[in-house]
Amino acid sequence: MPSRVGVVTFPGSLDDVDAQRAVATAGGEPVPLWHGDADLRGVDAVVLPGGFSYGDYLRCGAIARFSPVMGAVSDAARAGMPVLGICNGFQILCESHLLPGALTRNAGLHFVCRDQRLRIENSGTAWTSAYAPGQQIVVPLKSGEGRYVADARTLRELDDAGRVVARYLDSNPNGSLGDIAGVSNAAGNVVGVMPHPEHAIDRLTGPSTDGLGFFASLLAAVVAA
Amino acid sequence: MTEPLTDQPYSELGLEEEEYLRIRAVLGRRPTATELAMYAVMWSEHCSYKSSRVHLRRLAATARPGAPLLAGMGDNAGVVDVGGGLAVTFKVESHNHPSFVEPYQGAATGVGGIVRDILAMGARPVAVMDSLRFGPADAPDTARVLPGVVGGVAGYGNCLGLPNIGGEVGFDPSYAGNPLVNALCLGVLRHEQLQRAAATGEGNAVVLLGAKTGRDGIGGVSVLASATFVGEEGGAGRGVGRAQLPSVQVGDPFTEKVLVECCLELFAGDLVVGVQDLGGAGLTCALSETSAAGGVGMRVALERVPLREASMAPHEVLVSESQERMLAVVRPAAVAEVLDVCSRWGVPATVVGEVTATERLIVTWHGKTVCDVPPASLADEGPVYERPLSRPADQDLLVADEPTARRLPRPRTGAELQATLLRMLASPELCARSWVTDQYDRYVRGNTALAQPEDAGVVRLDEDSGLGVALALDGNGRFARLDPYAGTQLALAEAWRNVAVTGARPLAVTDCLNFGSPEDPAVMWQFAEAVRGLADGCAALEVPVTGGNVSFYNSTGATAINPTPVVGVLGVLDDVTRRTPMGFATEGETLLLLGATGEEFGGSAWAHVEHGHLGGRPPRVDLAAERLLAQLLFVGSRDGLLSAAHDLSEGGLAQALVESCLRGGRGARVVLPAELDPFVALFAESAARVVVAVAPAAEPRFIGLCVARGVPVTRLGVVGGDALDVEGILRVPLTELRAAYEGTLPGLFG
Repeated sequence: MPSRVGVVTFPGSLDDVDAQRAVATAGGEPVPLWHGDADLRGVDAVVLPGGFSYGDYLRCGAIARFSPVMGAVSDAARAGMPVLGICNGFQILCESHLLPGALTRNAGLHFVCRDQRLRIENSGTAWTSAYAPGQQIVVPLKSGEGRYVADARTLRELDDAGRVVARYLDSNPNGSLGDIAGVSNAAGNVVGVMPHPEHAIDRLTGPSTDGLGFFASLLAAVVAA
Repeated sequence: MTEPLTDQPYSELGLEEEEYLRIRAVLGRRPTATELAMYAVMWSEHCSYKSSRVHLRRLAATARPGAPLLAGMGDNAGVVDVGGGLAVTFKVESHNHPSFVEPYQGAATGVGGIVRDILAMGARPVAVMDSLRFGPADAPDTARVLPGVVGGVAGYGNCLGLPNIGGEVGFDPSYAGNPLVNALCLGVLRHEQLQRAAATGEGNAVVLLGAKTGRDGIGGVSVLASATFVGEEGGAGRGVGRAQLPSVQVGDPFTEKVLVECCLELFAGDLVVGVQDLGGAGLTCALSETSAAGGVGMRVALERVPLREASMAPHEVLVSESQERMLAVVRPAAVAEVLDVCSRWGVPATVVGEVTATERLIVTWHGKTVCDVPPASLADEGPVYERPLSRPADQDLLVADEPTARRLPRPRTGAELQATLLRMLASPELCARSWVTDQYDRYVRGNTALAQPEDAGVVRLDEDSGLGVALALDGNGRFARLDPYAGTQLALAEAWRNVAVTGARPLAVTDCLNFGSPEDPAVMWQFAEAVRGLADGCAALEVPVTGGNVSFYNSTGATAINPTPVVGVLGVLDDVTRRTPMGFATEGETLLLLGATGEEFGGSAWAHVEHGHLGGRPPRVDLAAERLLAQLLFVGSRDGLLSAAHDLSEGGLAQALVESCLRGGRGARVVLPAELDPFVALFAESAARVVVAVAPAAEPRFIGLCVARGVPVTRLGVVGGDALDVEGILRVPLTELRAAYEGTLPGLFG
């Protein structure tokens, strides 16, 4: 039986269908979850997809963190369930204090959509184990508020503990401190990334298939657990 | 309905005296203040097409019996059968004046409006495109308008989760006081999901869905969209300016996103019998059009409409263009379920009235009747004008001013040609559009197989079969200024070719016709010629016009914009994995030029960029050649013979080679045909031409196909190296080309 991976739809979620497709392409079973239900439907892992939850007219993710489903996701994450936040999902994880730091307006103030080269800095998390340490990948980045910021002590702790999951290569697209594109929690089960691995699973519709590794990593981790 | 018998302000509302008298004749009495406001918006140029209607019949005639259409002109958008039980709907609309007055909101709500048109057909919106034109790139006001418009298109479309897959950005002094913002949306539906904007069934409920109604966009269609800009800050009389700011609507893409999902769920559950979006002329338009289309009446209790401002008067509620609203007609038994679905999505829904058998649209306000009119008199029976037309006085002089070698000095030496190439490449006319398009999400929904800067956007519709569509949007105001008939056909031909290079079969056409004031006979001549050109062109290519939009009054003072018909062509790909991209990506492949090159520089990018010249005749139109070329490209793609294909248009062969080299990251070694002057070979803008890359093994077969079909083919050279090398003439490294091509817009706009 394939691993069941929940994909949450908030009002304003946009890349939820893409995350479901990526889960299925990697061999998992995508399970739609609804923002208004605290029920995780027995899933093995959760993806918080990209989009503009509740319009993001307040701080991005600031309303989503209070949704019924996020209470259940937070409890499960603290108990060790793998959770991946992509773009808006990353913002929600930061607002929920499951990950440190915050995502602010891009340094150039414009929305940026581009094929972005990244280096996987930690291939030990639940979502990155399929990558070789230091592997370079290309996945789409598309966000207006993707500039990762945290205080100096947090940045040092993240560095020291190997919790920076991925960094931007070439030019920094949004002014993220330390070129940070993604981070994990201390246990490595909760990961947030600003770029979109779910949009790099098929050469027809993405710049590469490099993003599949996130979902393949998860399925390997769930099977092993 | 007694009101004091003072003079009624029909003129301030944009109505002519004869139109006002006609309203009195229709009603057999004075209209109420509310009714007058309703007629003013519905009989505006924007809603009634009163100046264009007599000409647009030509376009309707392009949809011949047997055309694959489920809906056509006159519906919210045309619906095209693409096989496999699927249909697509697409349409382009202008939002020019609002985008000048308030660039961000004007452009944002332009996107929002066209998306609701597509939704109203029962389709899921799946992609957007936009065709944008501004004044000179370095003009101070362009620095105000362009970033706002791009931000608005991005802000709304990105938040709505619709990939932006292509379009155009153009600059010309003629748009300095009147930018063009034309937005296109593509939707997909199963045949049985098709919705009609008709109210039927006596006793059925009329339900308003979506945002609350406020004072934004009052008079948008009449005051703002159907009058000429008078100048910088606006002024008295019928002209408009930035003083009309309150007539611009304000967009809320999140509300539209949930409205879309909510409506799709209502359609899937077969819970509505008719649906219409609220756009120009707001509730008045939706109520009268759905009633008229269904041959019924309605009784509406207007005070039930949820308002943002409690002090609104009934006429304001009826003509408000507040965004993100839809009107649904619902069987009484289904009302509770409709309200449930809406509640799940957090979409406000209110029963505001019911369908009646009276054929009267009766609107009450706290029990008092404020409107009692035949709905068809608002929706269908507005004035129709046969406006006078006359060829512009300067047209002959313009056409006689040919860009001959004597009139405009041409580059001769290799060094001059190379310098010309680099200057043109870096000009706002031809430079990279990535500063704009990198602000648009092209990936969302995961079905984008090609997007800008490719010639056409390609979207997969069915993951199992690979069925997909290609879409391109093109226009050239300078060609149309020189010859509106030919210029419109050139826009059609270019969009057709852009779809064909991807390997798609062109299937249907939409258009957005941007012109000056219809009250100017010279403009009306341009318009009539353009429509005739489009109709004849579509007949020659055997594709129907499925719908579109007319935008008049694009003038500042007495000066009209260049006539700018923008044409969208939709094609179908049976298997999107077969799509042909534009980039030269494989070392050693053969480059072939398809089509014939002539000395054609009238209205060209070269004449504009290097000499600021506009005169002569545009390139010759050869639709038979375009058709043959498209068939060849289709077969080449289907049989896997083509590695890359790129259309030649603005900037000619030189520009096309640079674009394909930079896109694929490979250089090219080219030998120009000996019989052509190198300047002509590189920069002429003859139509019906495409450059392709083929693998050496496929070359004989592909050339055989060209010969068999009578498509002129010239071997240009090979893909390879890290420079564009035109033997004996110029050699520029890709890094230098890229720097010239990509630096301009970031330099101007940050």
